Amino acid sequence: MGLRSAFIARMLIALLTDIHGNREAFSACLAHARSLNVDRFVLLGDYVGYGADPAWVVDTVRTMVNEGAVALLGNHDAAIDGSDEEMNSIAQEAIRWTRGQLGMEQRAFLADLPLVHEEGSVLYAHANGFAPRGWHYITDVMEASRHFGRVDAHITFCGHVHVPMLYHMSNTAKVGSFSPVSDNDIPLLSTRSWIAVIGAVGQPRDGVPAANYAVFDTARQSLRYFRVPYDNMTAARKVREAGLPERLAQRLEEGR
Amino acid sequence: MRLRLEPGMEIDGFTLREHLSTGGMAQIWSVERNDDPSPDNDGVESIPKADFGSDALVMKFPMLIDSDDPIPIVCFETEQMIMPRLSGPHVPRFIAAGPLDPQPYIVMEHVQGESLKARLSDVPLPWAEVVEIGAKVARALHDLHLQKVIHLDVKPSNIMFRETGEAVLIDYGFARHEQLPDLLAEEFREPFGTTPYMAPEQVLEDRADPRSDLFALGVMLYFFVTGERPFGTPRGGQIRRRLWRDPVPPRAKNPDCPPWLQEIILRCLEVNPNDRYATAAQLALDLENPAQVKLTERAERLERDSGMKTFRRWLKARKQQPLETPNIVGQLSRAPIILAAIDLTPGTEDLAEAQRTLIARILAMETQARVACVNVLKLSRIAVDVLEDEEGRSLHVQRLIQLRHWGSGLELPKEQITYSVLEAVDPAGALIDYARHNNVDHIVIGARASSAFRRYLGSVSSQVVAEAPCSVTVVRTPRDRRQGE
Repeated sequence: MGLRSAFIARMLIALLTDIHGNREAFSACLAHARSLNVDRFVLLGDYVGYGADPAWVVDTVRTMVNEGAVALLGNHDAAIDGSDEEMNSIAQEAIRWTRGQLGMEQRAFLADLPLVHEEGSVLYAHANGFAPRGWHYITDVMEASRHFGRVDAHITFCGHVHVPMLYHMSNTAKVGSFSPVSDNDIPLLSTRSWIAVIGAVGQPRDGVPAANYAVFDTARQSLRYFRVPYDNMTAARKVREAGLPERLAQRLEEGR
Repeated sequence: MRLRLEPGMEIDGFTLREHLSTGGMAQIWSVERNDDPSPDNDGVESIPKADFGSDALVMKFPMLIDSDDPIPIVCFETEQMIMPRLSGPHVPRFIAAGPLDPQPYIVMEHVQGESLKARLSDVPLPWAEVVEIGAKVARALHDLHLQKVIHLDVKPSNIMFRETGEAVLIDYGFARHEQLPDLLAEEFREPFGTTPYMAPEQVLEDRADPRSDLFALGVMLYFFVTGERPFGTPRGGQIRRRLWRDPVPPRAKNPDCPPWLQEIILRCLEVNPNDRYATAAQLALDLENPAQVKLTERAERLERDSGMKTFRRWLKARKQQPLETPNIVGQLSRAPIILAAIDLTPGTEDLAEAQRTLIARILAMETQARVACVNVLKLSRIAVDVLEDEEGRSLHVQRLIQLRHWGSGLELPKEQITYSVLEAVDPAGALIDYARHNNVDHIVIGARASSAFRRYLGSVSSQVVAEAPCSVTVVRTPRDRRQGE
């Protein structure tokens, strides 16, 4: 806002996370973001797991990275070549199925992804900024305070929770939370620190089946959350046809 | 202050000129903008030329450092969040904002003239002037509420007027935007506002009800008409008294105040928001149509309520719970103003009946709606109109009687319905102006499908559909359907 930041070229950054092998949702969000002429994509991890099209999603992410996108590592991506011991049985079953769907190159691509990415005072991570490899969830003000206490970034963008939420801390260290309304510019004031949790593209869990993503406007320093309706019935049918757990198909149908 | 502010100092492309004022929480300087930043930088939004108001600018700085009080900075952040989202003639045009370090600021349009505070030395004001001020402020508040914002600090020093007459609401430090984080409520547990003007629900830390602004406007109107504030200038726990103690009726202090104005003011000052006007637009409509204000016991009251009644309210106030989520849009949409544009020409009775049926259905859903029944008496462009028929009855009055007859079929309480006969050369233009001025949400107009009638009626409805600032429903009847076959 104002002239100080006006000298920084305006850039629109699309933030997508928790795609989980959902080709229909990912394509719909990418098309939506491209229609807004976004300048860059930052992908916050979890490209695979749960959904029926992990290979297509990983290939699309690889192409995007070659074209300048940033892609971070999520816990499901890490579990492909690592341990799935920490996961619940449904997630585990999906990961074991997914391993069989990915080739060597795709697996190597996932294994090489970075945990965090920093640009100036903005931090990108899959789960949190204080212990990114621990995959700790930021689900309330207490966890947000923990993050603010240990991370200097002015704005942190992350995913992992699947439900959009915005946390902020004032210069007197008071932390508040806000459940964002979509299609609405929220100014991320420079007077405080922010954690913007982006909702899931490929497996929404707040009762609305439409895919989540967000766009950050660097000149205005404002964030806009979007809900993109997509063909979730096809995505659910493919989950069933792949023989993945029935619950994963239901989640896409119901958005919870 | 972090920087020592002096005339001539440059901040982010603005040069300070003159220190205009220092308030409780901020300093205001007039500023000039330096040359445009590089035009080939596509990130820059150039400052648009004003299409209303002045091009003069002010810069507002919060007073931060002198105290340990964290509230002023949060108020300033709130204002920085909300102001860029506002537009229209009832708010100062937002230009730019600067971050906390080294010096936070907001640059906005310099609204010329003085605030209503300047009128306080002249109270009590003539009641006609109070009514005019009230209607203008109510229209400004409705416009703000339509932008999903509650002001929550309506008082004379926060109201200015444009040269064109519109009220401008300034200072959004305590305001609440329905779709943005409410930083004040998230960080502090205390009521915010200016104590003499604060609504009872604000005292209870409820920052969710647009009707809080109507209470504050009621306090202001009371003050202007009587010369005294209805609840004085209470401190500390005393601000809770308004939850049970009603003010002395204005007419007991100033017998010049008409009963209908007392009715309006006391309705604004009701403890329960549900007993106030549903929207500021409905309040403005009453202020501008005194003959149609439904007078209740409030209008005649000359004393405060008895001890017993007050005691019962006190008991109730102890249990009062604040609302949880704001519902500005919801509150406004439950209480729309519906304009019923009624043609009274013989032969159109079925159309008028179909309109009444539709409006009754809307009322069944939107229970706090208000119906404005309007008929247009068309004047001819050239001839001197004869507005009396042979028996000498004014055509205007006759139309009004017919209109009331039509409206009585809706069986609405008087406070929910108004009647107006407009005299105009251009009926569609008159309806559109009426809708714009009165913040009408929905126009219900009849139109004939048959070509015989269309020449006259159809042209009115299609012009209204094309130009109205709100939703329009065009009603036809089974007769039109049959003729179309």
